[in-house]
Amino acid sequence: MASQTSDAAGIRRRTHEFLAAHPPATTDPLAFHRARFDAGLAWVHYPEGLGGLGASRALQPVVDAEMDAAGAPGGNGPETNGIGLGMAAPTILRYGTEEQKRRFLRPLWCGEEIWCQLFSEPGAGSDLAGLATRAVRDEAGDWRVTGQKVWTSSAHNADFAILIARTDPDVPKHRGITYFLCDMRAEGVEVRPLRQITGEAEFNEVFLTGVRIPDAHRLGDLGDGWRVAQTTLNNERVAIGGGDVPREGGHIGLVSAVWRERPELRTPELHQRLLALWAEAEALRLSGARLRQQLVAGQPGPEGSAMKLGFARLAQEISGLGLELMGEEGLAYDDWTQVRPERVDFLGREAGYRYLRAKGNSIEGGTSEILLNIIAERVLGLPSEPRTDKDAAWKDLPR
Amino acid sequence: MSEFTADLLYSRDEEDLRAAVRSLLADRADPVRLTAAAESPQGPYDPRLWTSLGTEMGLAGLLVPEKSGGAGATHREAAVVLEELGRTVAPVPFLTSAVIATEALLACEPEAAAGLLPALAAGTRTAVLAVPFSASPYGGAARTVTAAGGRLTGVVTSVADGTRADVFLVPADDGLYAVGRDAAAVEAMTSLDLTRPLARVRLDGAPGVRLTAATDAAVVRALRAGAGLLASEQLGVAEWCLTETVGYLKERRQFARRVGGFQALKHRLAQLWLQIVSARAAARYAADCLATGAADTDVAVAVAQSCAGQTAVRAAEEALQLHGGIGMTWEHPVHLYLKRAKSAQLALGSPGAHRQALAGLVDLPA
Repeated sequence: MASQTSDAAGIRRRTHEFLAAHPPATTDPLAFHRARFDAGLAWVHYPEGLGGLGASRALQPVVDAEMDAAGAPGGNGPETNGIGLGMAAPTILRYGTEEQKRRFLRPLWCGEEIWCQLFSEPGAGSDLAGLATRAVRDEAGDWRVTGQKVWTSSAHNADFAILIARTDPDVPKHRGITYFLCDMRAEGVEVRPLRQITGEAEFNEVFLTGVRIPDAHRLGDLGDGWRVAQTTLNNERVAIGGGDVPREGGHIGLVSAVWRERPELRTPELHQRLLALWAEAEALRLSGARLRQQLVAGQPGPEGSAMKLGFARLAQEISGLGLELMGEEGLAYDDWTQVRPERVDFLGREAGYRYLRAKGNSIEGGTSEILLNIIAERVLGLPSEPRTDKDAAWKDLPR
Repeated sequence: MSEFTADLLYSRDEEDLRAAVRSLLADRADPVRLTAAAESPQGPYDPRLWTSLGTEMGLAGLLVPEKSGGAGATHREAAVVLEELGRTVAPVPFLTSAVIATEALLACEPEAAAGLLPALAAGTRTAVLAVPFSASPYGGAARTVTAAGGRLTGVVTSVADGTRADVFLVPADDGLYAVGRDAAAVEAMTSLDLTRPLARVRLDGAPGVRLTAATDAAVVRALRAGAGLLASEQLGVAEWCLTETVGYLKERRQFARRVGGFQALKHRLAQLWLQIVSARAAARYAADCLATGAADTDVAVAVAQSCAGQTAVRAAEEALQLHGGIGMTWEHPVHLYLKRAKSAQLALGSPGAHRQALAGLVDLPA
C-alpha cells in the first residue's frame, strides 16, 4: 500500500483498501482490530508500526467515519478501556522504550488488555505527590511494591495498571516517585469493591503486598515518575469533558428530550434555568470544538483544563435540574443494588442516578479546586500559596 | 446533526489586523484621556481617532462590498476589531455605524443605499439606526416615528452614538428612511456608559429619503449582526478586566504577601478565565456564522449573547472588587469598563431576551 497518507483523500483510499482486504462482515473482530492496528489505521497520528501512520490527528475522523460506514467492529473503544486509550497509551508512547511500546500498545488498542490507574491513595488525593506506596528493589534488580491505592475504576476488569510509587523517601516528594506498568494478575494484588453513593461499585480499593514488577516495566527514569505522570493527568483531564459531542450531547440532551416529551412537567422557573443551561452547555461544546481546532492547528492552548471544570459544573447543575423536572417521579430511585459496571457511563440509568454520579465529576481526575489552582498559577501566572512541603525530604513531612 | 465546519480560530490575517488596531489604540485611546474626555461638553469622541481607524485603516468599510467602496471583508474581521475596541472601550462609532447601520443599508435596495454606503465605507460620514440601543433583534420595539408624504415625525430615545451621527436611519410606519442630522433635533442624554453616549432624536416633519419598504427585514438583519458582534466587544471588555486584575494582584501586597497568591482570590480569577474561554468560543461561532450566512446563525447569536453579556459584567464587577478601594475611584479606569459592560448587557436584547428566543429556535417551549 503506497497510497498517500498526508491528506484526507489518501487516508480514505487507504481505509477503503484495508476494508476490501478485511471485510468486517466476514472477519473475526479481534483479527480485524489487529489487522487495522498493523495497517496504521488505529490512531493515525501514532508512529508507523505502532498503530499509526505519523499523520495529522485531524485525519482520524476520516478513518473512523469510513470504518463506521462499513460496519467495522467495536468493542475496543473508550467505553471499555478509557484509561488504557486515554491515559496509559499516550504516556507509554511518550516515555516508553521501543520494547514497551511494541509489547503494550497493540493489545491495549485492540481491547485485549484492559488498563486501570493506580495513582490515588487514602492519604494522597489532591496532594498526589505525597503518596506512600513503596517500591523497593530486590536482589534481582526488579521491584517489590507495597501499599494501598483507591478510587480505581475498572480494577476488577483490568489486566494492567499504570502505577506510581515511592522509590526514594529521602528526597523531596516530587523527586522520589517512579512510574511502573503493573500486571494486575500478579501475586500480591488484591482488588476489593468500593461502593459509591449511587449504590454500585464502579471503583475499587487495590491492596498491593510485595507485588513483583520487573524493571523492564518501569516507565521512564528512576525518580522521574512525577513528570511522567503529568502526561497521564493532562490526558485524563482532556478525556473527562473534552470529548467531541454533537449539540445536545450529554446531560442537556437528556433533559431537553424529557422537556419536549412531557409538557405536563414544565414550569416557568424550570424553563428559565433550562434555557440558561442549554446556552451554557452549547458554549462549552463550542469551547471543546475550538480546543480541538487549536490542537489540529498545532496551537495547543490551556483550555483543556477549562473543559473538565466546565463539564463538571454543568453536569451537576443540569442533572440536578433533570431530577427536579421529574417531580414526583424524581422521588424514586431505579436500583440500589451493588452492581459492578463494566463501563463508566455518566449518562446511564435514570435521573436520580445521573444526579448522584455527576457529583463525582468535580472530584475524579483532579478536584475542581486543584484545577482552579492550576489555571490560576500556570495560565494566569498568579503566585502559589506559601508551601513548606516542597523542598523537605518526603520522610520528614508531617503525616 | 451536520458536520461541524465553523472555524473558531483566528486566521493569520485576522491576527495581523488585531495587531494593527491594538497598536493604534495603545497610542491613541489611553484610559486617562478617556476619563478626562468623558465629561467634556463635546462628549468622549475623538474625531481624529475615528478618522485613523475608520478611514486610514479602512475599518469603516469592512462589511461593505468592494464595488460599493468597502473592503469586502466579513464579520470575522469586524469581530476582531470589536474585541480590540472593547479592550480599550474606545469611543468610536464602529459597532453603531460600520456594523449596525451598514447592515441595515445592505438590506435596502442597492440604488437607495448607493448614496450613503460609499461615504460610510470611507469613514467620512457616520450613520446610526434610530432605535433605542436596548432594542432586540426579536422585534417588539414600538415604532415611534410616523411618515407622511416623506416627512417624519416622532421621538426616538437612547440612540447609541446618536450625538455625532451624520445620518439617522429611521424605521417609520411605512419604511426605513434616511434623515440628515440637520433635519433632526438631537439632544445628548446622560448615559450610564460614559464611552458610548446616547441621544434623544426628535423629528418634527423632518424630510427623509425612503430606503426600503421592508423595514422589519432591514432592522432585524442590522440588530442581529449587531448583537452577534457585540459579543466580541464584550469579550474584549472581559479580557481587559481579567488581565488588568491579574496584573494588579501580582503586585499588590498585604499580609506580607502578594495577594494574588490567596486561593480565595485566585479561584475567582480562574473561574472568570473559564467563563471567558466559553464566551470566546461562542463569540467566534457567532461571527463565523454571520460571515458565512450559516443556517445556524440565529442560534449562534442567541447563545453568544446569552453568555458574553454576563461574562463582561462579571469580569468588570470582579475587577472592581478585587482592586479594592482604588477600584471605586473615578481616577481608575475600571469604572469605564463596568459602565460599558452593564450597558452592553442591556443592549441589543438582554441575555434573558436572547434565551427566550432560544426557546423557539431549539424547540424548548415554555
